[in-house]
This record gives sequence, structure tokens and C-alpha cells, in this order.
Amino acid sequence: MIYREAGQFKTTYPEDQQIFPIRQDRYAMAAILAVAFCVIPLVASDYWFTAILIPFLILSLAALGLNILTGYTGQLSLGTAGFMAVGAFAAFNFVLRVPGMPVLLAFFLAGLTAALVGLAFGLPSLRIKGFYLAVATLAAQFFIEWVLIKFGWFSNYNSSGVISAQKIVILGYEFTTPRSKYLLTLCIVALLALAAKNMVRSETGRSWMAVRDMDIAAEVIGIRIFRVKLLAFAVSSFYCGVAGALWAFAYLGSVEPAAFTLERSFQILFMIIIGGVGSILGSFLGAAFIVLLPILLNVGAHYIPWVARDLLSNLELIIFGALIIFFLAVEPHGLARLWQIGKEKLRLWPFPH
Amino acid sequence: MNRKTLLSIGRAALGVAVGGLLGAAAPVLAQNEQFIPMLSYRVGPYAAGGTGFYGGFIDYLDLINKRDGGINGVKLTWEECETEYKNDRGLECYERLKKKGPTGATVVDPLSTGITYAISDRAPVDKIPVVSLGHGRSDAADGRVFEYVFPLITSYWSQSTAKIKYIGQREGGMDKLKGKKIVNLYHGSAYGKETIPILDVQAKKYGFEVTHIEVPHPGNEQQSQWLQIRKINPNWVILRGWGVMNPTALRTAQRVGYPSNKILGVWWSGAEEDVLPAGDAAKGYFAASFHPSGTEFPVIQDILKYVYGGGHKGNMDDPKRIGQQYFNRGVIQGILAVEGIRAAQEKYGKGKPITGEQMKWGLENLNIDERRLKAIGATGFMSPLKSSCSDHEGGGAVKFMEWDGAKWVVITDWIQPDQSIVRPMVEEAAAKYAKEKNLTPRKC
Amino acid sequence: MTFFFEVLIGGLLAGVMYSLVALGFVLIYKASGVFNFAQGAMVFFAALTFVSFVERGLNFWLAFAVTLAVMIALGFAIERLMLRPLVNQPQITLFMATIGLAYFIEGLAQGLWGAQVHAIELPIKDVPFTVAGVNVSQFDLFISGTAGVLVIALAAFFNYTRIGRALRAVADDHQAALSIGIPLERIWAIVWAVAGFVALVAGLLWGSRTGVQFALTFTALKALPVLILGGFESIAGAIVGGLIIGASEKLAEVYIGSSIGLNIGTGIENWFPYALAMVFLLIRPEGLFGERRIERV
Repeated sequence: MIYREAGQFKTTYPEDQQIFPIRQDRYAMAAILAVAFCVIPLVASDYWFTAILIPFLILSLAALGLNILTGYTGQLSLGTAGFMAVGAFAAFNFVLRVPGMPVLLAFFLAGLTAALVGLAFGLPSLRIKGFYLAVATLAAQFFIEWVLIKFGWFSNYNSSGVISAQKIVILGYEFTTPRSKYLLTLCIVALLALAAKNMVRSETGRSWMAVRDMDIAAEVIGIRIFRVKLLAFAVSSFYCGVAGALWAFAYLGSVEPAAFTLERSFQILFMIIIGGVGSILGSFLGAAFIVLLPILLNVGAHYIPWVARDLLSNLELIIFGALIIFFLAVEPHGLARLWQIGKEKLRLWPFPH
Repeated sequence: MNRKTLLSIGRAALGVAVGGLLGAAAPVLAQNEQFIPMLSYRVGPYAAGGTGFYGGFIDYLDLINKRDGGINGVKLTWEECETEYKNDRGLECYERLKKKGPTGATVVDPLSTGITYAISDRAPVDKIPVVSLGHGRSDAADGRVFEYVFPLITSYWSQSTAKIKYIGQREGGMDKLKGKKIVNLYHGSAYGKETIPILDVQAKKYGFEVTHIEVPHPGNEQQSQWLQIRKINPNWVILRGWGVMNPTALRTAQRVGYPSNKILGVWWSGAEEDVLPAGDAAKGYFAASFHPSGTEFPVIQDILKYVYGGGHKGNMDDPKRIGQQYFNRGVIQGILAVEGIRAAQEKYGKGKPITGEQMKWGLENLNIDERRLKAIGATGFMSPLKSSCSDHEGGGAVKFMEWDGAKWVVITDWIQPDQSIVRPMVEEAAAKYAKEKNLTPRKC
Repeated sequence: MTFFFEVLIGGLLAGVMYSLVALGFVLIYKASGVFNFAQGAMVFFAALTFVSFVERGLNFWLAFAVTLAVMIALGFAIERLMLRPLVNQPQITLFMATIGLAYFIEGLAQGLWGAQVHAIELPIKDVPFTVAGVNVSQFDLFISGTAGVLVIALAAFFNYTRIGRALRAVADDHQAALSIGIPLERIWAIVWAVAGFVALVAGLLWGSRTGVQFALTFTALKALPVLILGGFESIAGAIVGGLIIGASEKLAEVYIGSSIGLNIGTGIENWFPYALAMVFLLIRPEGLFGERRIERV
């Protein structure tokens, strides 16, 4: 009843083609953005910004990137963390070595660098498919890790190979408080998410999905799949690169290559699987789930003080693994599908059918 | 149970948990207590070290509470938070726990170089000192730049000079080092690369030839590295390993025929967990440490009596591990924390909880001499320590131990690192950091 | 020249160790079409269980038998709780489920048995003896022998028994196999149990070299390039792939590093096998012995 589209007529093409055709959706989106931009900065504590919101935003950006590659184009990739590392170190080096480089431009260039690297490692995708491609992307992951540790130039010859990100200064304003970093990250993520949504609705997106569904048929009808696959790799790596740069500058403040290991790649893959493969909303939902779950388990451990500490920490791992399996069994299409089902039910409510 | 019910249960649980999270983030009011957050790790590949270290740390704090009633009546409290040795988890734990307790967190030791780096930038803003006991960045010894970071006792660079001193001793004098060959077998990580520059500096100074060979993480396969070592046939191999790399190195050395008594390990390659899996391949291997193993020291005996005696349960599940390397290291961390609090209380008021900033003063003015060590019960257990505003390391020394197949046997007395080599490098690196971050070093 | 042979032989023997772990992967993939990322965790769990029983006083063979029983029980549990709800899901979902399973088993292993490091002392010593100027360890020969026996036994199992044929049918198409009356659940439980046995053997051999500790789970990462090279479904491929990867990895580590002017010991071992396997795949996309997939539009 609340969600009916009755009475909403589209009279122009742009109206028909907008992202949120239903008015209630538009209001909901506006409300969410208002809360994110206006309410949360006033209400949330430093802990929430630093430990939950900023990593959530950054990881959803990386999940968006991976979703474009794996969800929309069907190319399974396990090298996500490697591309994030490229972005982080590239941003650091651009700001370090080019005097007067604006930070936002550095982020953009870092994304481009990651895109180039992603392009290079995407070349095998023409011949290799499925799991073999996934294991081949592991080559990217390990190679990038090795290069960043081996060649001291990337970390400015720091004896530990750790880089300390510089301060973010845009137009003279310093972004040092968690609140300002949160707002900056939110702006970047919102813009890139909008770009992603529009990309997947366009011809590019449709060609990606064609390649995912049946690439031989796509080639038959004239889609140049090599170009399409490489574009997917490039765009996905761009997103991951920007996410990595934000990780270094807006979140941790210092990065070592060990922050971007295979485990991080798996974490992001979990996000898109649980959130929903091939769905923009799913990237955000999955990221929220994966970011919040370990913290909730950790905090929840407090309420059972009689259990030994060692056992509790291992229980966290056990519960995490079990939840992943449980989730995959209950809803293999992810949280986004649950959301969709919810919306459909809402359209009929209060009628049963 | 259908999906809807499952979902509603899930949502309810989420609500409760989020409520708990919000509650956990708010500061907790308490009385006369000193709160220490424990960013511990008890799962994953380094769980053996983490459980031992934090077990020792917590047991020592427990001892002070039980035996002395706290520090001048102020009881110590702590809360553990599992970091899984990951930087982002460490940061989250730090942010969650930094305001707990009546005066906030007193001191933090995450026992991880990565997490130390991640929170070192925030520590001066939050005014919470970070102790990186025997790990972390060596250049933080310069307290003028790194006001809130304390690589106490000795850092990696200092330890490296002590090792070369010891090798010189074994060879018959530092001048005999000329022309000798040393291989630095290091773990392929930030930690592993840390000593490459200082070994190069020492190689130039003393005239020995150093070859750096990397073992890619995690290091459970070292055949090619040890074949190369055998080809070079060095006089000494310095093993800078971590975790599984250590026993694998010793076993592989045995397999290629390189004698174990020419392998010298750093202290992260010198715990019981590192040598026991290697069986008899580890006999004769020796390692550096800034504290011995063993339970004969009065402080450990006190822990056994007050914390574990009378049917109480201490933090260690396996009492055999009390007195082993990681446990003792944790006890030392406890001693340092308690002495720091004591020193701060002397200045700022006995019997009241102190703040992080006051703790920083306390850690900068540690003077643990032989007399104090005797009072703590740590003679021979810990080297005397004197920190200052510009020296956050404290001038601690290193002992060397040999593995006889069943336990570590100390074979040297305290060997001082060579600060004439280390300090200039520290100051140079610290100055570079200060320039990068646009900091003005404080005057000491 | 001797040095070259030493590195080569060392590499081949290391490769055999990798193959042992890869065998477990191949078994499960061959029989249920699932890429079991939890194989590494299973190796760790098996070794840890074994060593914990030995430390509690059981003798070697009794502990072996008990651990085998535990692994079989684990196999049944996995089939019941994880595979059955996920019947006929796409491969990637099953893969993700096995990653979740890996976390589960890792937590379970250290939660049950503790986080200490344990040593395994097998009766065969790891000391070298010289053959034609090259150092070979008795233990290496023992490993090669074990691997050989395992491979022959498993190959015979798959090709010459009814259960083996049923397994291959199941791997091809779950639903078709069900429809001709193959008892899916029992087959899967058997396969996972056999994979558990292979994991136990691999765990013992690796564990005696590196100690039984969490890092045993990383052996899975060493096995992946072996699988790509050899093909996911081929037992012979696991061995041949292992030998190739082991040898080339060690030779590259020793020779390539020094020849391009970097200091020796460049640490390229981590990514070189993957790069090699990837190059190989460009020529032969299913691996050496993998089954050619025919895609129809």
C-alpha cells in the first residue's frame, strides 16, 4: 500500500530511464543520503567513524569494484587486495614525489595506475576461464605483494617497508579529524557508486552481463569480448585502487603490503557473495555484514565471561565460518535478493497477493 | 523454522548486539582503577606467541593486584580484544578501548609491528603511550620525535649490533671479523627487512661480507635458500624468522648439512615454540634474547604462588608454558607497565589513577637499577633500564642462549648493544620521519 | 654442475610434497565438482588431532586410526551440513562455502587442541646421505615412496572400481547421477573421508618438517599452481604438476634472481609458480591432464 506505483506516470524519456523510477524509492534514497551526510556526522562518536563507518565505506568501494568484475562480467578474481595495494602505494608516491600534487588528483591517478596494472593482469582472461582464471589472478596478488616489499623505492626506503600516508589537505582545509575523513570518503564513495550504477545500466553494463551469461553467444552477436573483459578489469581495478588509496590516507594512516594479503581478497569476495553478486546495493550490504560481524562477535564475547579467552577467539572464527556457510545455504543470491523480495512484498502489502 | 522467522531472529539479535556495541563504545565509570587495554591475538599463525605473551602480561598484573593490592592501592584492570594480528582489527580494538577506565587507557602494547605503526600516529593525539617491546620501529628510540612510542629495552637495530659483538667474541675479537662471511636469512616481510641497513653498516665498519637471503612468507619451504647458503658456506647464519620459518630453517639446515651451532637467531626465532618442532635439528642452535627462560626467578615464583596457587586459575591454560620465552616476555612487559605507573604516581600523586600523558612521563623516567630489580624479584631476569625523554629505548642489553634439546641455557652475560652505531642511524631516520610528517621535534 | 642437480632434485622432492596436498583437492573436485579451499585447514586439523592424541599417550598406529576415524566423521558432517543444502549451486557458491569451512576448521582445530606448536617425530630421520655427489635425505625418499603408493592406489580406485566410476559420474552432473540412482550423499561422504585420509598423510609429512602449527594451512596455497598446471581433475596431473612446479620454482629462485642483478635469494618463490602456471594455461587452458571442456552456445 505504501509502495504502490499507482498514479506515477512518466511523461518524458529521462523520467522513464532514471535510476529510481518509483517516487518512494527516491524519497528513501534522499533520506539515506541526508542521514549519511547530515545526521551521522553530528551524532556518531569518533569510534564509530574510525572503526566502523570509514572501513565500511572503503570496503564497499572495493566490493563495488569486484562486483563489476565478478558479478557483472563473470570473471572470478582473487587479486582484489593486490590492486588495492597498488592504489595505496601509488597515491603515496604521487603525493611524495610530485610537489604540490592535490590529494584528490593523486587518488584519481592512483586509480588509473591500478587500472593499468589490472589491465595487464586481465590479459589472460581471453584464454582462461572460471577457476583457472581465479588462480591466475592469484599470480597478480602475490606478484604485487612481492614487488612492493622487494623494491624499497615504493615505500621511500623505509626500513620496514611501511608507508605513512601524508595529511590530506584540499583547498587549504586539513582533513585530520575522523569526522572530516568520513565525509570525504562518503563523497568519493557516493560519486563512484553513482558512476558504477550508471555504467551497469548502460550499454557497457549490458555487454558485461552478456559476457557473463554466455560469452560465446555474446561474441557471435558482435560484442568484442576481449575489449569488454579488459574494460571490466580496468574499471574494477580503478575502483579497488581508489579504495586502497583511501585505506592508506583516510583510514589506517600507515600501510604495509601485509595489509593487502590474500585474506583481504577473500574478505571482499565474501562481501559480494553475501551481499549479492551482480548488484550495486549488494556490495554495500555485504560490506556492512562483513565489517560488523567480527566486531559484534568480539563485543558479544564480553557477555560470556566464563568461557576461556582462547576458546572465545577461536569461537569467533568458528561462528564466522559457520555463518558464511549458513548464509550461502539459506540465500545464495545474497542480501540484495532478500531486499528485493522484501520490496516486492511491500508493494502488495497489506494484501497477501 | 522458515526463512522469515530466521530473519526476524537475526534482526533481533543484531539489534541487541548493536546496542551492546554502542554501550561498549561509551566510557565506563569506575573508581580507583588503572585500565590497560590488551590488544591480544590468540588465533591464527602466531597464536602460540600471543597466548604466551599476553598470558605472562596478565599474570603479572594479576600478581600485583593479588600480592600488593594494586599499585599504592590502585587496582589494575584490563580487557582483552582479539586483533588476530591484523592491523585494521588492532585499530578497531584500540579505538574501542582507549577511553575505558576512569582515566582512559594507560598504555598499549599490541606485539605487532603493523598495529604499532597504525596506532603510533593516533597515540600522540589520544595521549596514550605505545610500548613496542622488542619489536616495532627502531627509530622510535628517539623520543624527541616519537613522543608517545617506546621501543623499550632494545630495538631491532641495537640487537643486531649485540649479535655482531657476540659473533666477534666467538671469533676471538672484533678485528677477526674481517673477511668472514655472514648470511642474513630473513623473513619476507616488513619485520624481516628491518635489519638489512644496519648489517650493511656494520659489514662496512668491521670488514665482513654479509649476504641477505629472503625467505618468502610464510617460509614453510626453504630448500633453495639453504642450498644457496651451503654454496656460500658462510661462517655464521643469522636467522631472522617468524613463526613456521624457524623450525623449517633448522630442519632444512640439517638436511643440507649446515651445522646448527653456526646459526644465531633473533629473539623472534628463539622461543621454545620455534625449536621444539625441529627436534634434534635444533640442538646446538643459539639465539638472542633480552630475558632468559626459567621459573627460578623470584618474580615467576611469586606468580606461581599467588596467581596459580591455592586453586586459583591464572591466564595460562597449560602451566608448562610458565617460564618459557613468550610468557617471560609478557611478564617483563607487565613489569615495565607497573614501574611506569609507579614512577608516574611518585610524581603526580600516589594512590590515584594516572592519565596516559602522566604514564608517558613515567615511561620516560624509568630507572630500574640493580636494587630495584632485586625488589621486583627480577635480578638476572631483566637487564637494568634507564629511559629518558630523548632515549625511549632505555639501554637494555642482550643475553645469548643455547638450545640443548630440552631447554634454553644462557651462555653469556648481558651484552650491551653498540649505540655508537645505532644512535646516529636512529636520529637520522627519526629526522626523516619528522620531515615527512611536518613535526617539530621537542626539546629534551 | 652438481649444485644444479642438487637444486633440481631438491625442487622435485619439494614438488612431491606439494602434490600430496594437491591430491586432496583433486579427489574432491573429481568427485563432487567442488574446489575445496578448506583442504589446507583439513591438513592442519588432521595433523593437530594426531599429534594431540600421541601426546596424550596413544601409540602411533592407534592415534593414526583414531584420527582417521575423526576425519571420516568430519567428512560425513561436512556432507550433511554443508553439501546437502548446497546441491546444484554454481561452483563459485560452493567455493565460497569451502572458504567458510576453512575458517570453521581452523577455529575448531585451535579451539579444541590449543594454540601451541607441536613436533612430530617420525621414525625416519631427515638426515642427508650422498648419492653421486648430491645430498639426498632418507626422509625425501620416504615421501616419494608414500606419494607413489597413494597415487597408484587412488588412480586404481577411480578407474577400476564401481565406486570410482560413480564418483566420476557425480562430478559430471549431480542431478543426472541422482536420476540414475547413484546415492549422492554416501558417495560424497566417502570422497570427503578419503580426502581426509590424504590430508592426514600430507599433514604428518609436512608437520614433521615444519612442526604442526597453523602455517600448515598455507600448504594449500602451494598446491594451487600444481592444480592449474596438472588440471583440476587429474591425479596423474597432481604428481606431474607438482614435480614441474617444484623444480621450476627452486631453479628460478636460485638462478633467475642472480642473473638479473638482484641480490640472490630474491624471494620470487611466492609468485613464480603462479606465473608459470598462468603462462602454461595460455597454451593449454585446462592444464596438462585436465578434461577439455566443450562449451556450446
